[in-house]
Amino acid sequence: MLTVSNLHARVEEKEILRGINLEIKPGEVHAIMGPNGSGKSTLASVLAGREDFEVTDGSVEFQGKDLLDLAPEERAAEGIFLAFQYPVEIPGVTTINFLKTALNQIRKYRGEESLDAAQFLKLMKEKSKLVKIDDQLLRRSLNEGFSGGEKKRNEIFQMAMLEPTLGILDETDSGLDIDALRIVADGVNQLKDQNRSFIVVTHYQRLLDYIVPDFVHVLYKGRIVKSGTKELALELEEKGYDWIKAEADAAESVA
Amino acid sequence: MSEKNIQTQLLAEFQEVESGINGHAAEPFNQRRLKAIESFKKLGFPTTKHEEWKYSNVRKLTQKEYNFHPKSDITAEDLNSFHLPELNGIVLYFVNGIYHPELSDLESAKGKVEILTFQEAQKQNPELLNTHYGIYTDEENEAFSAMNTAMANDGIIVHVPANVTVEQPIILRMVSDTREENVGSVLRNLIVVGENAEVKLAESFRTYGEHSGFVNTLTEISVAESARVDYYKVQDESNEAYHIGTTNVLQKDKSYFYAATVTLNGGFIRNNLNLKLDGEYIDSYMYGLYVPNGNQHIDNHTVADHTKPNSVSNELYKGILMDEATGVFNGKIFVREDAQKTNAYQNCRNVVTSDKAVMNTKPQLEIWADDVKCSHGTTTGKLNDEAIFYMQSRGIPKQEAIRLQLLAFAEDVVSQIKIEQIREFLAEKIKEKLG
Repeated sequence: MLTVSNLHARVEEKEILRGINLEIKPGEVHAIMGPNGSGKSTLASVLAGREDFEVTDGSVEFQGKDLLDLAPEERAAEGIFLAFQYPVEIPGVTTINFLKTALNQIRKYRGEESLDAAQFLKLMKEKSKLVKIDDQLLRRSLNEGFSGGEKKRNEIFQMAMLEPTLGILDETDSGLDIDALRIVADGVNQLKDQNRSFIVVTHYQRLLDYIVPDFVHVLYKGRIVKSGTKELALELEEKGYDWIKAEADAAESVA
Repeated sequence: MSEKNIQTQLLAEFQEVESGINGHAAEPFNQRRLKAIESFKKLGFPTTKHEEWKYSNVRKLTQKEYNFHPKSDITAEDLNSFHLPELNGIVLYFVNGIYHPELSDLESAKGKVEILTFQEAQKQNPELLNTHYGIYTDEENEAFSAMNTAMANDGIIVHVPANVTVEQPIILRMVSDTREENVGSVLRNLIVVGENAEVKLAESFRTYGEHSGFVNTLTEISVAESARVDYYKVQDESNEAYHIGTTNVLQKDKSYFYAATVTLNGGFIRNNLNLKLDGEYIDSYMYGLYVPNGNQHIDNHTVADHTKPNSVSNELYKGILMDEATGVFNGKIFVREDAQKTNAYQNCRNVVTSDKAVMNTKPQLEIWADDVKCSHGTTTGKLNDEAIFYMQSRGIPKQEAIRLQLLAFAEDVVSQIKIEQIREFLAEKIKEKLG
């Protein structure tokens, strides 16, 4: 579904991704872990098409298409969804209107009919149950004055509405208490199926207790320096990142 | 054409005015005009050295010549050909500065509102005219006001007697027909709202044609005790339009005045909105919205002058500036020594969508009383890139994301427009303009 090859990206003069390789198949959940500043969020952003980053080398293929060739909205329409670490507040635009516009733009891209108001509300009702999000919240300006937990829940709700084939969660667990974390994880788990894949970017193992990954990758200095199964996450939880850093630094100095 | 020439043109106009007045010079109405002529001769057009005109250069306006007396045989058919948007209300037509009662809907005003031309008022109700005309205007210091008083030959008085509520809005429709030549219009109107009366007014300005149009408009509004007035000024003028407009408002005890000034288009626009809160327990609201693009220039100057205790004024202006457009906001709040317990708020927020658009803001608070609550804030910023990316990441194309955010930004003011028909019309026009 997604093939990332030798991906290099930088912001201004600083190279942040220095050769990422990653292969994701339908239905898989991949966790990307790593210490602060290792490039985790950059990878998520580059996949979603954030303009702040310049891709200097490598390629990304998503369902047979050259992803790097597409505008962010085209990537969304192709089935990529990025749940933001810091969801943006947009005064004056209600979540409902926002999502209706988004959904119908995506449908238009795919050559599908727009949903009318009734169809949209029905879908919304169904999906809002999934993440236990209050209808009243959705009638307010997007994320404006929402608590941290409400914002993250709103991200997962939007993901449920847009039904992507690849969901990228960028530190969705940050700032969540255990109850909110569980609700968010439940939402994600209900969206999991054999065709839908996830990239879960996280600093801590905690989220992976609830969203169980098939693979765990450790990012350090812009490269994946170790890959494994969920046991690797547990090992990181226990031992921290220092041993991996030491290993990686040693390997680099040899090279 | 040099600057001297439009001055010369105006001086010739004034001479004609003076000879026309000959024999009636003793009438207060004419006295005022003669004084205004002298005043204008002294003042001349302001330059950018003038503090009030620092960011609005009228040089281009004064370098042109205008026909101040274009043909006035406008018919209903002509009006139809202008394709003006439909409006429900008491609609009064002014074409190139001339009031056309024969085209206006005076029937539905009958029995509720008195609508007289100044000429008629001089004969039928001179007291009304002389009590209010020119009283709220500073011809000694404002060149365009002096020019207006000097040249405005006729205009109308709208008089809402005490205790009368006029349900339908009264709409003053000012059309500039510049299809054949540069046209100058001098519009002067007076609104007198009696005690405990209630009325909704709208002034709409449109240009029809490719030549330059210069509009000098001045409206005086007297709001008596406990009266309630909603006032709308809507501008959809051409890029060749020069508009210098002043609205002077005097409010008495317990009155309510609400203004919404919405500028959709106009090459060079200056709006002065001056409120004098001459009483206690007054409520005043000023809303403004301007969306210039291309090389349009829109300047709003407002004044809330609190002279007595216990009143509230609240102001919100918002601007979206595109391309190479320029804007000015100057908001003055005066709180005089006697005006204790005043609450005065002012807020001006702007978004520029291009690096070449410029907004100049200047809040000016002068407070002599010590027990007051006043606040002001002005911001000018770009659209939030992170918000645009957020919307794109959900499938909304960039242009649409920008448009949605700009519409949301404008909505704060649009939602304050109380007449549904006007609100929806403006919302639609703004949508169109933001592409």
